[in-house]
Amino acid sequence: MKRIVSLFMPCFVDQLLPQVAVDTVKVLRRLKFGVDYPEDQTCCGQPALNTGYWDEARPCAEHFVRVFKHADVVVSPSGSCVSMIRLFYPELLAHSSLRADSIALAGRTFELSEFLVKVEAVTEVGATFPHTVTYHASCHGLRELKLRDEPLQLLRQVNGLKLIEMARFDECCGFGGTFAAKFSDVSGAMGNSKAESVAATGAEFVTAIDPSCLLHLEGILGKAQAPKRPRTIHLASILAQQNQPRMRP
Amino acid sequence: MSGAASSTAAQRFLRDAAVKSADLTHREVIRRGMESYEAAHRKGRARIQDWEAARQRCQAIKREAIDHLDRYLLQFEQKVIARGGHVFWASNSDEACAYVRDLATRLGVRSVVKSKSMVTEEIHLSPVLEKAGIKVWETDLGEFIVQLREEPPYHIVTPAMHLNRGQIAQLFREKLDSGITSEDPVDLMAVARRKLREAFFAAEMGISGANFLVADEGVVAISTNEGNGRLCTSVPRIHVVVTGIEKVIPRLEDLAVLWPVLATSGTGQGITTYGTLIGGARREGEADGPEEFHVVLVDNGRSKLLADREQREVLHCIRCGACLNTCPVFRHIGGHTYGTAYPGPIGSVLTPHLNGIKEFKHLSYASSLCGACTSVCPVNIDLHHHLLQNRRNATEAGATKASERMMFRAWRFVMLHPRMYALGGWSMRRALRILYGLGLAGSVLDPMRVWNRYRAPVPLPSKSFRALWKEQLGREELGGNQSSAD
Repeated sequence: MKRIVSLFMPCFVDQLLPQVAVDTVKVLRRLKFGVDYPEDQTCCGQPALNTGYWDEARPCAEHFVRVFKHADVVVSPSGSCVSMIRLFYPELLAHSSLRADSIALAGRTFELSEFLVKVEAVTEVGATFPHTVTYHASCHGLRELKLRDEPLQLLRQVNGLKLIEMARFDECCGFGGTFAAKFSDVSGAMGNSKAESVAATGAEFVTAIDPSCLLHLEGILGKAQAPKRPRTIHLASILAQQNQPRMRP
Repeated sequence: MSGAASSTAAQRFLRDAAVKSADLTHREVIRRGMESYEAAHRKGRARIQDWEAARQRCQAIKREAIDHLDRYLLQFEQKVIARGGHVFWASNSDEACAYVRDLATRLGVRSVVKSKSMVTEEIHLSPVLEKAGIKVWETDLGEFIVQLREEPPYHIVTPAMHLNRGQIAQLFREKLDSGITSEDPVDLMAVARRKLREAFFAAEMGISGANFLVADEGVVAISTNEGNGRLCTSVPRIHVVVTGIEKVIPRLEDLAVLWPVLATSGTGQGITTYGTLIGGARREGEADGPEEFHVVLVDNGRSKLLADREQREVLHCIRCGACLNTCPVFRHIGGHTYGTAYPGPIGSVLTPHLNGIKEFKHLSYASSLCGACTSVCPVNIDLHHHLLQNRRNATEAGATKASERMMFRAWRFVMLHPRMYALGGWSMRRALRILYGLGLAGSVLDPMRVWNRYRAPVPLPSKSFRALWKEQLGREELGGNQSSAD
């Protein structure tokens, strides 16, 4: 067995999208990593930080650091949540006794595709997914973690998968956490624009490295109730697929 | 909360944003405009050998200028005064407007021609002059169009980008010449030109902004495309420059990189059609130029921002408009919705500082924090992180709703107690399943009704990942195919 990976499962993945987590476990175990899930983890604190409640976010960050500080490496199927740990914890915990731990942890915490491609140099994970797929570059993965090509490298190695490029692949889907609630009309309009870009590709699936974008897009696409619409699928769930009958798009 | 009669800036924003984001014609007009900008911008950047290096150089120049603003402004002032010019330091918009109005009144000015200046929009100069009985002509074509429509500029670089040629032809027919039949841009431009030529030669005062104030030479640098800037600054007998104190740069040679970078980011041009350097009034033996030259240096909240080490770099902005063009929120709600002189990401960062965090904090929240703005900023301002800092400042200033503060306190409590979090999640999913089972999704009872307005309900699996992990996943090696958790 290779190194032990500690899973950081964002709270909304844990609660609403457990399949993304299950598929992450599946992929890591197939690649012979040991997988650990520290059960005391809750939320990284990003919703509070993004809404301006840094005093509320800080204890959550400290809790997170305590839970994960002994982990060898931390992997998460969300670019946005990883960017919280990597970019904002050192600032948020600047005056905390856990500052040094948080900086060290920031250097050991990776988004899934980043971990596989950049850290472990793996692009072939033995996945088969005979479908047309378009890729949405999630904002925080792209601009905070600078992950442009890593997810695409993994997708290109998937058997049977046909990648179709989307116009404005790097334009925000409109989710933005509490933005979707505070400015629901604008967020919905941005989501509709994104859904149009997705639909214009004609792909059966749209994938991304951030489950939050996909949760939003799934909601937008689902509301339209088009009879034959693209489905959302997280990168981990594509990588988890092996030889099996075609999924019903 | 203010009374029902006058709505707050935040309420107006929400209302206008809802209307505009549902306006598909508007979305299409802006999408087309932005697509042609993007193509030009891409081509423009490719002409610069190393775009990232150019951005870093511009950032370094602006940082040097802002970090030593006192020194460079005084140097600029000294040079201007030495050539017989006047410099007025205005601490706020009232002082700036009063200076220009009093100057105009004293010198018997009846009409003013203006070239494009966002600072004059910021301080609301034109209404002050008009109230004093002075006719004000906007001479930038886009500004001229929005002035005729009696609306503010839509965008800081392209003020009339929300209008098509048909709308402009209609406007000109109504306001300028009922005989106009053509919708050809060249013909329409000719109509505007005839009108504006008369204005240029009648005006006693020209008002311009400044793209840069060059400290070592004491000159004002202006980039324009239509030639109206040169006419405004050279034909009338008085020239007044109204600009912000953050526009100063150390050296003339800095323009070698700032001018092309500004043009590239603004319109995709290698350099704008006209680059004008103005040092003062007409001197002995010179053929043209004004008799008097005034520079109004406007603070209006900028020195407060200068004192804020964390956010000082917001003053590096060169007003190119690139962040507006790339912003998905701007593209959907348009420039007018912001209700401020500076719309888009830079406006959302800056306005709470200039006009008050309590009234304008909503702008800092009106972003998905996607970071597209930061990725295009030619002076590398970390725009979306400044939005985040504004949000923190708003919270610390107690400007957020009590209900929201309570909610986040409760949220923190739950997140610090893993079992409570697990139980809370389970209960919430279960409650929503029951509610949705009764067909009450989107009803007043539905806590997710805001989400459900534009989106299908979120999935509500019976088991969370942590439950699955506890039951089996944690123990077994995952071999075959896992069935869906829901």
